[in-house]
Formats: sequence, C-alpha cells, structure tokens
Amino acid sequence: MARITAGVTTSHVPAIGAALDRGEDKSDYWAPLFAGYEWSKKWIAQEKPDVVVLIYNDHATAFSLECIPTFAIGCADEFPIADEGFGPRPVPTVVGHPELACHLAQSLILDEFDMTVMNQMEVDHGLTVPMSLMFGQVEEWPVRVVPIAVNVVQYPPPTGERCFKLGQAIRRAVHSFDEDLNVQVWGTGGMSHQLQGPRAGLINQPFDNAFLENMNADPSALRAITHLEYLREAGSEGIELVMWLIMRGALATTCNELHRFYHVPASNTAVGHLILESPPDEEDS
Amino acid sequence: MTDNEEFDDIPGTTVFTAERSHEGFHLNQFCMSLKNAANRERFKRDERAYLDEWPMTAAQKQAVLDRDYNAMIAVGGNIYFLAKIFATDGQSFQTAAASMTGMSQEDYAAMMLHGGRSPEGVRSKKEGR
Repeated sequence: MARITAGVTTSHVPAIGAALDRGEDKSDYWAPLFAGYEWSKKWIAQEKPDVVVLIYNDHATAFSLECIPTFAIGCADEFPIADEGFGPRPVPTVVGHPELACHLAQSLILDEFDMTVMNQMEVDHGLTVPMSLMFGQVEEWPVRVVPIAVNVVQYPPPTGERCFKLGQAIRRAVHSFDEDLNVQVWGTGGMSHQLQGPRAGLINQPFDNAFLENMNADPSALRAITHLEYLREAGSEGIELVMWLIMRGALATTCNELHRFYHVPASNTAVGHLILESPPDEEDS
Repeated sequence: MTDNEEFDDIPGTTVFTAERSHEGFHLNQFCMSLKNAANRERFKRDERAYLDEWPMTAAQKQAVLDRDYNAMIAVGGNIYFLAKIFATDGQSFQTAAASMTGMSQEDYAAMMLHGGRSPEGVRSKKEGR
C-alpha cells in the first residue's frame, strides 16, 4: 500500500528557475541559495520517492480569470511546461500518476473536499522551480507527480485550517491506495514577500522563522493564522504559506525535522525550505 | 461593515478581491494573451492597435501604455497577470516591483540585499504599527 514518508516545503520564486536555466547558479548572488539545497538533493537521491503530491499555485498560466478553482488536481498522463511570457523553461515535461491522482480525486471529493479535476493542464514555475531545486538539471524527472493547484491569486485563498484538513484527507487517500508506493508531499510558495504596490519588498524574518519552527513544533499555531495576519505580516503574496499547511496536514502528527534553510533575498522574496520525515502513525497500522 | 474594509488599513497594498477581478477582467485577459509568442510580437509591433482589440477601459489601456503598474492595479490588474507584460518587455520581477515603490532600482535592490522592507510601521494605518 502507498505510504507518505516525508514532506518538503520550498519557495518557488521564478527568478530561481531563470538563474538555473541561464547557468547563473554559481554567481555571488545565487550560489548561497543553491547551497541550501545541496543536502536536499543528496537526500532525495537516496529516498527515491515514486510519486510527489506537489502542492503549488498556478500564476495566471493554466487558469485565467474565466475560472478560478480553489483546489484542482491534475489527473493527466503528463503536464507540459507552460510559456509564461518568456518562453517555456527548458526542463522536462512533468509525468503524472493518473491512477493515484484519480483515486485521490475520488477519495477527496467523497471526503468532502470538492476538487476540480484537470485532465489537461500546463504547469508553470510554481511547480517546476521546486522540482529543479530538489532534482537539479536532469534529462527526465526521476519521479512522477500528482499536481494539486491551490488558488492564491484571487482573494480569498482557502484558510490555513482548511488547507491543513485537506492535507489530512490526502493522507487518508494515499494510505488507501493499494499499490506499494513511496509518496512525498511537497508544499510550495512563500515565505514573506510582497510583489505589488508601494509596500513591495516586504520581508518579515521573525515571522518566517517562527513559521519554519512551528511547522514541526506547533502546527496548531499556524492553522490559526488569519488571512489578515498573513497580509499584514508576510505581505500580500506571503499568503501562499497556506499551501505549506496542506503538506503538514498530510504528515504524521509527530515528525522529524531533517533539514531547514532560510535565505533572503531571492529577487523580492524570502526563501524557506524544510524537510520533515514522517514516521508511520499508530493510527495508520 | 462591508467585505474587506480592513484591507484598506494595510498601507501600500491592494488585495485582489472578486470585485477587482470583475473590474479588471478584460485587462487581465489581455495580459493572459501574452502567453502566446505570436501575440507578444503583435503587441510589440503596435501596442495601441493590439490593446484596441480588447474591451478594456481607456484608463486600463493608458496604464498599460504608460507601464504604470500601480495604475494598472488600481483599475483591476493582478500582479501575476501583469507579469506577462513585463516578461514581454524582458524586464525582471524585481525591476517591476521596484517601479511600484517610488524607489530607484538601485535603492530597491540594495534594500532587498539588506533583508527587505521591514514590516515595522506598514502593518496598519489605524494602529500605526
């Protein structure tokens, strides 16, 4: 049967992808950022997950304002790399896991999470930058992906509490899939950043560091953060952090923190990265 | 109280609500069209003519022609959609963000390198914190 073994969180700043694609990752500006993922790349090469359930947000790529699903799950065989206005990133097509994705979609909907099912979807930097950070530059991605896109573009995004509960439902759904799969759940986006208006450039390091700490130490404190608090403290785009709570909800109640990294800035954004190992819960067996 | 009144209390910030999405629909749909390379070329060849193909308001079109991102946001633009415009211009997200702050590019870049804009004093107008 399928098992969730670990969770990864990371920011997904587009400039990180551009730096890698242009071969600027060794520059003075970018080298300290990529150094924070060296351990992670070695770790994941040993872990060899079969599937990543990858929580991210679309940035006006697959979804225009014609239709704004709060939670969408990708059930396609593969997900092409989108042209976001500067040509598609030169990275491999993302290969899906339609059997697991269809099972998740059915299970989540019957568990009262009304997912939008995507049988065709392009993916943008929100999904591909975390893949590049964790796997580097490869000919083919060494993992299959079930993308789950969360609306954080038009207010309101789902609440942190709702996201955490979706994560718990993902856990139940994965654990009821018969195939023997090593599954990771990734939560992407954040940390503090604001990309618009006169307040652009906002970074809140105390907020971010407390968030990183509480992902393992006290997730209940994070579940209670209101949208207004995210907007004030973490900037208008920092509200993406609700997606990290989906990842956390999908893990065991008690996890082991294996790796933590925090870096300011990547372009306009504070970059945060965590790896949590999720041992089997008693209730799972 | 009406929906979202409390957002007006956050300095220098526009929250992209359903009302703004409605107001900015055609502006943002125009931005979305720039995902297509052929459309980017047509736009670059004659911006005014390309904009006139969209049922946008005069203020929306003028804000695009002026590359005034604060003005675009004020008439319903969303930053992730507007990003297609500065991508078409070959401009980075940091350059575009800086242009909204009233700071020079150099000062903005230096602020980011030194840890970004502190939230102190820009959380709430009313509470002055």
